[in-house]
Amino acid sequence: MPVLLDFEKPLEELYEQLEKAQATHDKGKVDMSDTISQLEKKIQGVRKDLYKDLTGWQKVQISRHPDRPYTLDYIAGMCKSFVELHGDRNVKDDKAMVGGLASIDGQAVMIIGHQKGRNTKQRQYRNFGMANPEGYRKALRLMKMAEKFNLPVVTLIDTPGASPGLEAEERGQGEAIAKNLLEMAVLEVPIICIVIGEGASGGALGIGVGDRVAMLENTWYSVISPESCSSILWRSWDYKEKAADALKLTASDMHENGLVDLVIREPLGGAHNNPEAMYKSLKLEIKRMIKELSEMSTKRLIDQRIKKFSNMGAYADVEEEIAK
Amino acid sequence: MSWFKRVKEGILTKTQDKKPTPDGLWYKCPECKTPTSTKEFETNLWVCPDCGHHGKIGSAEYFSILFDDGKFKELDADLISGDPLKFVDTKPYPDRVLASAKKSGLHDAVRTATGRINGLKVSMAVMDFSFIGGSMGSVVGEKIARAIDVALEQKLPMIIISKSGGARMMEAAFSLMQMAKTSAKLALLSKAKLPYISILTDPTTGGVTASFAMLGDINIAEPNALIGFAGPRVIKETIGKDLPEGFQRSEFLLEHGFVDMIVERKDMKDKLHEVLNIIGVHKRETPAPKTKPKAKTQKASTK
Repeated sequence: MPVLLDFEKPLEELYEQLEKAQATHDKGKVDMSDTISQLEKKIQGVRKDLYKDLTGWQKVQISRHPDRPYTLDYIAGMCKSFVELHGDRNVKDDKAMVGGLASIDGQAVMIIGHQKGRNTKQRQYRNFGMANPEGYRKALRLMKMAEKFNLPVVTLIDTPGASPGLEAEERGQGEAIAKNLLEMAVLEVPIICIVIGEGASGGALGIGVGDRVAMLENTWYSVISPESCSSILWRSWDYKEKAADALKLTASDMHENGLVDLVIREPLGGAHNNPEAMYKSLKLEIKRMIKELSEMSTKRLIDQRIKKFSNMGAYADVEEEIAK
Repeated sequence: MSWFKRVKEGILTKTQDKKPTPDGLWYKCPECKTPTSTKEFETNLWVCPDCGHHGKIGSAEYFSILFDDGKFKELDADLISGDPLKFVDTKPYPDRVLASAKKSGLHDAVRTATGRINGLKVSMAVMDFSFIGGSMGSVVGEKIARAIDVALEQKLPMIIISKSGGARMMEAAFSLMQMAKTSAKLALLSKAKLPYISILTDPTTGGVTASFAMLGDINIAEPNALIGFAGPRVIKETIGKDLPEGFQRSEFLLEHGFVDMIVERKDMKDKLHEVLNIIGVHKRETPAPKTKPKAKTQKASTK
C-alpha cells in the first residue's frame, strides 16, 4: 500500500481490499481481475474527489510526501546522461546540493538542485535537504561554468530552508545566498528554476533567481514554513493550517500574485503517484522554455530577468491613496 | 563655634512639594547598566560613555550624524505598504502597519536620501528597527531599489545601513522577492563600477543579511552588533547546545572574514569619506554647483 496522507484516509480501505483481491488472484485459483480493475477505478475516482479542492496545508503535505521524487530522481528520469560535479573548491562538497552537466534529449544543460534523503541514514547524509554555504557556492561555481560554456541552467528547488548551524554561520550562510542572488541576476545564460517540493525562504531563493520560475502543482514557496510562521505569530505549531492559508504559498496563489511564471500540472495524486508521467511532462516544459529563452539576446534576457524581479512588490503612494 | 550650629535651614522644600524627576532624563545602558543623562548620551551619538555600547538608533539619527549639517534630500518618503495577501494574524496587517506608523512616526522600515558626507554626495538608505522590527517588505525593497537607481543615474556611491530582523512575514513571498530585487539592482551598480558600502548594525539578521547587507564592496560593522543569517535562538534549538561567547557578533564576523572592519559610530563619517575619497568616484563626477541646490532640503530632526 502506498504511504497515505491524513486527508487520503478514505483510500485506505479500498487499498486493503485491492491488496486482498490481488493476493487471491496471485494464488491462481480464482480470477479476480474484474474486481481488481473495479477497485482501481474506484480508487481513481475517490482520489479525484480528494484532490479536487486541496487546501494550502494539504499541498504542503503532498510536497513533503516521503515517496515524492527528489532532484536526483528527476535527473535520472529526464536526462540521458548526467555527470555529477562535486565541491565548492573551498571547504567541502555539500551533499544537500547536487549538480552537474547533463543532457536532456540532446540539449546540454547545467542542472543543479537541493537533494533530500529517503531514509534516516540518507536524510542525515543529505542534511534533510538543507544546504550549507558551500552548497550555495558549489551551485554558483557550476552556474559560472555554465556561463563559460554557454549552457542553460536548470535548478530544482526542494528545501525546508538553508541550514541553520554554527558552521553555516561561521562560513557565511547569509553571504553565500546573497552572492548567488546577485550573480544569478546577471548570469549571461538562460536560467530556469522549478520548485519540485518545498521552497522555503532564502534557502530556496539562493538557487531561485531565473528567467522562468515554475512551480509544480502541489508544491509551496514562501518566506517561512507554515509551522514556523504559526509558532512566531501564534506562539504554537497548532495553527499551521491557518498559517499555510495566510501565507498564500501554493503554486496557484504564487502564480496569481505574479511571483512565479507558471504552474506545471502534476499527475493525479501528486508527482509520486506517477513519477514517469511527471518526468515526461517536466522534461517537455523545460525543453520548451529553453527553446523560448535561447531565442533572446543575452542583453534582453538579463534586462527582462531584472525587470521581472524589480516589479515584484505591493506598495502605494500615501498622497495618491488619500486622493482616492 | 558657629559651624557646629546650623545657621541656615537645610532643605526647605516639603516632601509633598518636591518635583519628581521627569521621565526620559536618564538612559540606562542595557549592557553595563550605568545611567547616563539623555543629553550626554545624545552628544555621545547614543553610545554609552561608560562601556561604549552602541544604542539602537534610527534613520533620523544616522542622517544627522553622517550628512553634512544634517542636511539631505529624502527620496520616496510617501511610499506605504499594500496588503497583497490580506494577511491576518492576531490583527490585520494594515492595522499593524498603521499602529507601527503611529508609534514610530515613520511610513515603513527604511528611509532613503541623497546628501553629502564631508562634501561627497552619496545615495543612502537607513533602516528603522522601530518599524515592525526593521523587517523587509515591499516598501523596504522598493525604496532601496529606487535609491540604487538614483545612485546609478547620478553616478553616486551607495550606502545602506542595515538594522533588521529579516523578511516581513506578513508579506510572505512578496517580502522574499525583495531580496532578489535589491540584489539584482546591486549587480547593476557593480557593473557600473560604482561603490557600495554596507554598514551592518545591531541587529542584522535573516533575509537582509542574505541579500544587500552582505553584498558591500566594503562591509563595515558597528562594534558588538548581532549579525547572522539564522537567529541565535533558532541555532541553539537546532544544535541543542549553548552558543559560544561572542557568536555572531561583529568581532566574530571580522575574524571569519565577512566584514572588512569594525568602526565606532563617532568615526563612521570620516571613515566613509576616507574610503570614498580613495576610490575616487567623485573625481569622475562634474563638480557640484556652488549655488544652493534647487531641491528642497530638510533639516534632520532627532527627536
